[in-house]
Amino acid sequence: MKLINKNHVVKKMPTRLAVNSICKGLFFLATLFGLLVLAILFYRIFTQGIGHLNFDFFQNFASRRPEEAGVKAALIGSIWLMAVVTPVSLLLGVGTAIYLEEYARKNWITSFIKLNISNLAGVPSIVFGLLGLTVFVRALALDRSVLAAGLTMSLLVLPVIIVAAQEAIRSVPRDLREASYGMGATKWQTILKVVLPAAIPGILTGGILALSRAIGETAPLVVVGIPLFIAFLPQSVMDTFTVLPMQIYNWTSRPQEEFQQVAAAGIIVLLALLILMNSIAVIIRNKFQKRY
Amino acid sequence: MRRFKFMAMTAVMGGVIAVAAGCGSNDTSNSGKGNETASDKLKGEVIMDGSSTVFPIMEAVAEEYMAAQPDVKVSVGSSGTGGGFKKFIAGETDLTNASRPVKDEESALLDEKGVKYTEMKLAFDGISIVVNKDNEFIDKMTVDELRKLWVDNGSVKKWSDIRPEWPKEEIKFYSPGTDSGTYDYFNEVILEEKPMVENATLSEDDNVLVQGVEGDKNAIGFFGFAYYAENKDKLKVVSIDNGKGAVEPTHETIKSGEYAPLSRPLYTYVSNKSVAEKEQVADYTQFVIENAGELSEEVGYVSLPEEEYKKDLEKLNELKK
Repeated sequence: MKLINKNHVVKKMPTRLAVNSICKGLFFLATLFGLLVLAILFYRIFTQGIGHLNFDFFQNFASRRPEEAGVKAALIGSIWLMAVVTPVSLLLGVGTAIYLEEYARKNWITSFIKLNISNLAGVPSIVFGLLGLTVFVRALALDRSVLAAGLTMSLLVLPVIIVAAQEAIRSVPRDLREASYGMGATKWQTILKVVLPAAIPGILTGGILALSRAIGETAPLVVVGIPLFIAFLPQSVMDTFTVLPMQIYNWTSRPQEEFQQVAAAGIIVLLALLILMNSIAVIIRNKFQKRY
Repeated sequence: MRRFKFMAMTAVMGGVIAVAAGCGSNDTSNSGKGNETASDKLKGEVIMDGSSTVFPIMEAVAEEYMAAQPDVKVSVGSSGTGGGFKKFIAGETDLTNASRPVKDEESALLDEKGVKYTEMKLAFDGISIVVNKDNEFIDKMTVDELRKLWVDNGSVKKWSDIRPEWPKEEIKFYSPGTDSGTYDYFNEVILEEKPMVENATLSEDDNVLVQGVEGDKNAIGFFGFAYYAENKDKLKVVSIDNGKGAVEPTHETIKSGEYAPLSRPLYTYVSNKSVAEKEQVADYTQFVIENAGELSEEVGYVSLPEEEYKKDLEKLNELKK
């Protein structure tokens, strides 16, 4: 064995340090780029929209007059949509992941299913809209209801949730499971009391990304036939509704300059709703993260 | 302890649902009271979809109608003229808005499904041809020149190809997307179904077209009159000569029909069955005809001459019988 050549190491040192700082700089720039674009976006949106944000903006329905236009129907509609998408997509998604990771035999059929689920995550959202229109709106006669749209959106985000949940479940250490079996627990008891609590932070991270996508999507809802203007609120999941991103898109495409400001105010509301949703998830995640 | 956390999570989710439901039920109690006091109040749904160009007019009408009949649930979609007709053919909507007349293939499908319908005119829109503010050489154009400009001939076009005294610079084209009724109309009267120049920038959002023409000295584009009217200080409009002298699109020339052939009517198609069977649809349609003129002016379009609305009203009264 050769001893380390000290001279060689010393000679190489400056280059290595330089590479190190270049890399650090590059990654810092990458972060800065994203943050900068975000800052410009925030600046534009807030300077344009803050003037329209007042109590009336939340109390009014959409209107042809920019000063009277509000987000009431769209905001409540988005919350309704989330109330359907969240439980449906999380239950189905986590259920699928548990089956695939814990119960399914490791054979080619299982890997084929897994591969297809990953591919589904890349299918354009409008395709899910067409699926929703044919299956939920027409075949199941759910009409243009919150339920039909919610199920369509759940399908759209399901692949992302499944993949995230699979990764989270797989990363739970084997020792934990074996300890549980060692104590005489059944498979289901182990999954419920050991695997899931340990996997929840990961599941929630994937889940929140997926739900944020659902709340910002317009294309599938347009295909499903969700209206843009309504001046009433849904009373049940069978009623029709409208959502924030559709309302915002419509305002931005208006010729009148004032509607651009109304759109900016709508974007602030959507951002606030997203931040609220994310914070709830982060709080839940942190509670569980402390344990292991 | 663990159970407690699951319960906390359920509570959070439940809370979200309850908030949504709570906001909903508040409103019912209000409108419910209104229903008891007045007996001539109508109920039920009016479902509309179709052209995004007509949407602002229908939004305005629906907004006013909700004040008059708060218990009628009016919903207006905006999935485009073609998309609207698809839903109308499937019998999912009571009215469908269109920025062009129904196509032959669409009316064939409607016949096949047994959907009988009536066409109502709502307002005029003047498709405005615009160029960059700094463009000093164009202020008018004949329809033939417009056609020569926009129809594809396989080569890159320069201004000098149209008129020799114009500069030898490449033209940049901006057009509404092929799904829009505006494109369809332009395709019919100017392109005459021939392909549009290949390097045209297409966008479904007319504000993008406004920005495109505003930022490019050699640009030419077209879109609805309202977008020009709102951006008069940023764009230069081209007067169109249809053999009777150049006419600039203005409120008056569009209304009188002088601005031809680019002045187009906007329509709504109502299902005869819906009018006959649903009292609220009949009532709403009448409200549309009575208010379309005034409200379309308010959102940037041009109202039709009075006789046109009278004709629409007569058609509707025929249906009600």
